[in-house]
Amino acid sequence: MTWVNDHWGDIFTLARSHVWLAGIPLVLGLLIALPLGWAARRWSRLYPVLISASGLLYTIPSLALFVLMPIILGTKVLDPVNVVVAMTVYTVALLVRTVADGLSSVPDHVLQAARAMGYRGFRRFFGVELPLAVPVIAAGLRVAAVSNVSIVSVASLIGVAQLGNLLTDGYDRFITAEIVAGIVACVVLALVFDGLILLGQRLLTPWLRVRGAAGARS
Amino acid sequence: MIRFDGVTKQYPGGTVAVDDLTFTAPTGKITVLVGPSGCGKTTSLRMINRMIEPTKGTISLDGQDTSRMNEADLRRGIGYVIQHAGLFPHRTVLDNVGTVPRLLGWDKKKIAERSRELLSRVGLAPELADRYPSQLSGGQQQRVGVARALAADPPVMLMDEPFSAVDPVVREQLQDAFLELQGELGKTIVFVTHDIDEAIKLGDQVAVLRVGGILAQISDPAYLLAHPVDDFVADFVGKDRGYRSLQFQPTPRLPLASERTVVVGETVDGIGAPWVLVVDDQHRPLGWVEPSRLSGAVAPEDLHRGGTVARASGSLRGALDAALSSPSRRGVIVDDSGELVGTVRAHQVLELIESADRPDEDLADSFAEAGSDGRREDSS
Repeated sequence: MTWVNDHWGDIFTLARSHVWLAGIPLVLGLLIALPLGWAARRWSRLYPVLISASGLLYTIPSLALFVLMPIILGTKVLDPVNVVVAMTVYTVALLVRTVADGLSSVPDHVLQAARAMGYRGFRRFFGVELPLAVPVIAAGLRVAAVSNVSIVSVASLIGVAQLGNLLTDGYDRFITAEIVAGIVACVVLALVFDGLILLGQRLLTPWLRVRGAAGARS
Repeated sequence: MIRFDGVTKQYPGGTVAVDDLTFTAPTGKITVLVGPSGCGKTTSLRMINRMIEPTKGTISLDGQDTSRMNEADLRRGIGYVIQHAGLFPHRTVLDNVGTVPRLLGWDKKKIAERSRELLSRVGLAPELADRYPSQLSGGQQQRVGVARALAADPPVMLMDEPFSAVDPVVREQLQDAFLELQGELGKTIVFVTHDIDEAIKLGDQVAVLRVGGILAQISDPAYLLAHPVDDFVADFVGKDRGYRSLQFQPTPRLPLASERTVVVGETVDGIGAPWVLVVDDQHRPLGWVEPSRLSGAVAPEDLHRGGTVARASGSLRGALDAALSSPSRRGVIVDDSGELVGTVRAHQVLELIESADRPDEDLADSFAEAGSDGRREDSS
């Protein structure tokens, strides 16, 4: 514990960059996955293609992707942008399917009604389809958040600092307390992300929390 | 007025859903499309607001070809009610009702006012306004569906089996409320159902479709029951069509007998008749009792409630049913305020039926003109 007490400042600094490196890709990934998921749902032939392609992306080892980024993007080797872009790729890979499935979870009679009322295009998507897909998308986002927090720690190996540094440094210098602190900090961070998404979902879906909502629907 | 002119819908696989359909849905009237599943009734309905595009033929709205109109504008001018109401689960009742006015860009205050007015119009309590659809019963959801369709006051309403997902008692209430509302609003309505009883109850005009989307017959309900054009229509309108057609025959003056009554709470001791009618203090009938089995005051639980009650201004069907269902064989007849006016026996009703004419060509409703061949009619 003395190690932790002596290094609160370092832990906070690393945690902060960990939040950015895992969080920004989460937001960017969602923004990219929304149109892709919509397209996968809109054109049924595109669905298997997009789902397999995104599944394939997720199987690329993270270290390989981190190393490849400077070559693809032309960035500097130590640039944190490499990590952000790589993490965004993973997030998209996880969320395309989630978004497509979330949009298909919207009941058909509701979509029919929306069409019949004269809803079209963007207004139908943002006014009817997206709000009703929120529960499914939020569930996928929670998985992606936890996955991001965990994968980002690998970035220590390419020299981008975050909580993963506690693990590599602790391992190199045989400081068990540092390793434990790194693990605990990652878990806490994952829980915070998870809690925030859950909170956001509850705020966005007030209709799911009303009294007597279950079963009354015919 | 909605006019179908040689409308055909053929799907890419070759299936013909609707075949050369020609008919007119007159302004301010309810036209019911009825038929077994696969008869293309829903497809026909959806072609009106272009949720489905016809392969051939034209559909016009007050003389204007709908295929030349902007799709969204067309739809915003047509109210649409579907089976499970299709309410937006994420919007409150009030916001659901205000959907089309919002799309049309009305002022917020006006939308809220209009939505509240419509809720009361369809018989929903104001406190339901802020609930979500999942908090309502099936019948209430359906009423919200109707209110939503009416929100922008469209002249035309399309209704796709709107009452078939609720239980029979609620369905009847919804049908009655719907007819009452239509009496005030006079919309041009096309209504789809697979239930011939519903078609006959609601339709000013009933179009029977057969599988493959072929119009078998179109006429007013009384004529349809009396003169089905072929075996298919005869089968479809049902075996007890003779009895059901009585509901379109207004009751002539019934030969009413005055009935000995006791007010509930009084004694029946000393009354020799086998059955005595019990009424409340406003002379409204409550039920029958057998004096021989009772002593002392008549309590509500002593009443035999099996008999139906018919209104003197109602149909012959109601009068006959009252007589047939009464344990005393005397059918109870009331006036419009529910007060007892007398009783009638089944054979007396039958005599009236026999002396009345069956509905024939001359009585066929005015807007089914030229509809007697079941296929075509000229627009008026």
